Amino acid sequence: MLEKIIMYMQYPFVRYAIIVGVLIALCSSLLGVTLVLKRFSFIGDGLSHVAFGAMAIATVINMTDKMFIILPVTILCAVLLLKTGKNTNIKGDAAIAMISVGALAFGYLLMNVFSTSSNLTGDVCSTLFGSTSILTLTKEEVLICAILSVSVVLIFILFYNKIFAVTFDEDFAKAVGTKADTYNLLIAVVIAVIIVLAMNLVGSLLISALVIFPALSAMRLFNNFKMVTMFSAIISVVCAFFGMMISILAGTPVGSTIVAVDVVAFVICYFSGMLIGGARA
Amino acid sequence: MALITAANISLGYDKHSIVKELNFTVNSGDYLSIVGDNGSGKSTLMKTLLGLVPLISGQIQFADGLKANEIGYLPQQTVIQKDFPAAVREIVLSGCQGRCGLRPFYNREEKKLAMQNMERMGITDIKDRPYRNLSGGQQQRVLLARALCATQKVLLLDEPVAGLDPNVTSEMYTLVEKLNNEGITIIMVSHDITAAVQYSSHILHMGETVFFGSKEEYLKSSAGKKFLFDFEHVEEKNYA
Repeated sequence: MLEKIIMYMQYPFVRYAIIVGVLIALCSSLLGVTLVLKRFSFIGDGLSHVAFGAMAIATVINMTDKMFIILPVTILCAVLLLKTGKNTNIKGDAAIAMISVGALAFGYLLMNVFSTSSNLTGDVCSTLFGSTSILTLTKEEVLICAILSVSVVLIFILFYNKIFAVTFDEDFAKAVGTKADTYNLLIAVVIAVIIVLAMNLVGSLLISALVIFPALSAMRLFNNFKMVTMFSAIISVVCAFFGMMISILAGTPVGSTIVAVDVVAFVICYFSGMLIGGARA
Repeated sequence: MALITAANISLGYDKHSIVKELNFTVNSGDYLSIVGDNGSGKSTLMKTLLGLVPLISGQIQFADGLKANEIGYLPQQTVIQKDFPAAVREIVLSGCQGRCGLRPFYNREEKKLAMQNMERMGITDIKDRPYRNLSGGQQQRVLLARALCATQKVLLLDEPVAGLDPNVTSEMYTLVEKLNNEGITIIMVSHDITAAVQYSSHILHMGETVFFGSKEEYLKSSAGKKFLFDFEHVEEKNYA
């Protein structure tokens, strides 16, 4: 088994995949806690469908670097969704459902009508479930992923206290002069970036899992924000790493294997949380 | 000198005014209770004072040295907070957020301030406990400590005793009274008219009849008499 891993590690694309996978897992878990606590879990899901739609457009017009169209479109939708969440005629969850399903439908339609590829079903499937895209990243894509991930982590660390304040109590934060709306916007933009990144790793349908599971697992075990955030980052990285190893060894699809590992980790945390809780009480 | 002066203000959301042409002043060291029926605009007034809701017309003046973000605020609890994984210390410290500006981390002074305010509220022994596991009274003390981190002068309390049992309620009032005696101006939205009359120095009554003045004047006024009568009446009915 070890030899097999070592053999695979000789290939640069496998090394890239593991580096990028771990970085993506790290930054996707950071904002997960905030999203779950702000009841925004579904925004991640909605945005991933938007990203799929944007990807379809990029494919159809044959762009070489799809990131340049996917990223702005997703960021724009994130901002729109966050704005509508508060006070418009269309309620937040309905708006998310509308945008996400609409984007999914148009994306598939576009790919179907204009596609030049001979294996359409395969293309769609790999965009939705990731399959092998993480292994086919070019050196430039790896670099972009790395830069974006590192900036997400830096932004999170620098704004950690503000994100905490805005998440815990938006009204109070505003009252003491924190620009809560600006930070909400920042959160939305960062989420969009994370989603576009994570699409490479797990495909657009499974992104929410990457964002939500580590946060929920950590919340079972810890009672303060700092520990929850740190632990969810650790869980996410460990799960992504093992998920990728398993998928290399067993030849399973990368995205769904990682998510499966995340689910197992959640179940373990859930029951350990019950045990600890029982001991505390 | 007046700390806060509201002249002819109209309040509401999206240009629908709920309250028109309201006048009142708050002096340093006052204990003002804002009372009135549901929907009379008490919470809107509070949010307007904090700058969360824009003023429709009129003017609110803050005296020199008091900035709008130097008001400590004790909001009503939200659903999000019920299962929020945060330690008491983290929450109290977040009261210093307004002092930070763009600086990303809290400095030593702010951490000290948070400690002092936790001592003031008697919650140092639970500083590492998770907020979500505390009792309602303890949670209010935590949020009060946080509000104190934001201000030296004025506290705005939005129904601070809602959902607390009678013992804890009177503890809470004593605590607020103590802060008032230490020189902090108190502005409190309350449903509890008897406590408002007992503890406060001034009353702002909102609703069909608007009254603003000292507690003594309020007890003599028609608005006060009617409201107190109704209130006792309801109480009697509840007991019956």
